[in-house]
Amino acid sequence: MKILVCVKRVPAPGARINITDDGQQVDTAFLGFTVSPHEECAVEAAVQLVEQHGGEVTVLTLGPAEAEEQLRTAVSVGAAKAVLVPIEGQDWDPQRTASAIASVVKDLESANGSFDLILFGNESADSCGYQVGVRAALKLARPMVNGAKGIEIDGTSAKIRRESDAGQDIYVLPMPAAVGVKEGINLPRYPTMKGRLASKKVDISRSETTASVGGLKMIQLQRPPERASNTQILGTGPEAASAIVDLLEELGVFK
Amino acid sequence: MSVLAIIEHDRGTLTSASLGVLTAARNLAQQMNTTMEALTIGANADALSSVAALYGATVVHQAHHDALTDFGPEAWGEAAAQVITSLSPQVVMGSGTERGHEIVAQIAARLDLPASMNCTEFDSSFNGTQPLKVVRARWGGSLLEQAEVDAPIKIVTLANHTVEPTEAPTTSTTNVIDVQLDASVLHSIVRDRVERVAGVTLATASVVVSGGRGVGSAEAFAPLEELAALLGGVVGCSRAVTNNGWRNHTDQVGQTGTRIAPDIYIACGISGAIQHWVGAMASKNILAINLDQEANIVTKSGYAVIGDLHKVVPAVSAEIRRRRGV
Repeated sequence: MKILVCVKRVPAPGARINITDDGQQVDTAFLGFTVSPHEECAVEAAVQLVEQHGGEVTVLTLGPAEAEEQLRTAVSVGAAKAVLVPIEGQDWDPQRTASAIASVVKDLESANGSFDLILFGNESADSCGYQVGVRAALKLARPMVNGAKGIEIDGTSAKIRRESDAGQDIYVLPMPAAVGVKEGINLPRYPTMKGRLASKKVDISRSETTASVGGLKMIQLQRPPERASNTQILGTGPEAASAIVDLLEELGVFK
Repeated sequence: MSVLAIIEHDRGTLTSASLGVLTAARNLAQQMNTTMEALTIGANADALSSVAALYGATVVHQAHHDALTDFGPEAWGEAAAQVITSLSPQVVMGSGTERGHEIVAQIAARLDLPASMNCTEFDSSFNGTQPLKVVRARWGGSLLEQAEVDAPIKIVTLANHTVEPTEAPTTSTTNVIDVQLDASVLHSIVRDRVERVAGVTLATASVVVSGGRGVGSAEAFAPLEELAALLGGVVGCSRAVTNNGWRNHTDQVGQTGTRIAPDIYIACGISGAIQHWVGAMASKNILAINLDQEANIVTKSGYAVIGDLHKVVPAVSAEIRRRRGV
């Protein structure tokens, strides 16, 4: 089976996210970059499915030239092919991104045949838009479910497991289909030496495309108000146990 | 002309986030000098009209189709899109939950309109005619974005826990709308369900005892399990713990795990990286047990104990047992 995984390059923040003076982006001067967590798991899910059923994984990203780094990461853990849809400057809005991805996928499919599955992350870690996958799937006429915590292939359909308040819901989508994956579906593997070598050698194809600007416009980023925290130190070491239980009693959680 | 609130439900049971949506939609309608109306999807949700009326919806639209017996993102999105096309509301507001975001994304995709997810504020001078300025949460809420939704119909979700639900009872009418659903949108309706075993979950627990990298191993969670059990709570963990394979991802608190809101969150050996903090910040009280007085979680918590969790946690359990006389 042929699986396409769409990933996004995002900063890897630590304890605090700083923004640039003009408020237009996250200050990444001291940050590394990573594949957005849900998509890291989507890559792993795709690689596992191909290991079980045969086929190959292609990974695609729309982003700056530097996003090649994230494509190579995906190749190092088992993706066979990588496609960069290069953009310059600010992130594209969700409508524009989805249109561009859909148009590149159509080109890839008319050249090399249809993807049985297209995987997305449930939402990107940085912009949290929750919509690029849904929009792209609709443009590609694929049935789509988000929030996947399990994907099994049964003949020509994909069985999706998803958590809800009531339990686990099962969806069955005829392939070709699209799925939004959530972290927790698996534990992504580390690259092997062979994988690292493959990631250095892989030929990353570039698919230039244009798409019109959508109606959601970012004006400015801002930091949320800091929560006033006057941390009350209850004590040091196990001697603080009594003070902790006093607190639990005061809060009514210890009866 | 109206603000349309989309009511999220599961097989007819209201999702609590919908009450905040009804409240925020009503407030927005008031400032726009228009009415708040609500939409339920599927006949199994007809009874929720009374809840919508209690929160001020003047009309409750009920989308009906024989196939709408359970949740299905594409069927729900298409049903709502048809209702929206016929009503032309100025604003459509859904819930900032996993399903809520998905329904709203489906609606926006089908109408080819922009959507702004996880809004925490709406421009107080918005009157329905100009682009809608919003503040929306990025990075799970650790960063905010001022954005503008420029479209004939403004489609948004309300970030969860941002608006306290308040009732405003009104007499409302109901309006049944039979929607046409093509076979292509019916595939993604829930096919089957494995019910959760009854019990306290991470999302609903009043006490969460959580461990981070500082716990050191899967086995070392035993004292945290014991403390949680004594307090009728559950055990959580940070992303470092799941990445190390010490605990299942279902226990993970954080942006990509579970958002929790317990009475008290006891964070043991957790540094408090942004990814974790945004999952825990809705807790009513936070107690950090950490060796490092400068750890991010310690400086942000209401209460802290400086010390080795491996010694402090068993001492707390022992003290609880002593006071209970067992």
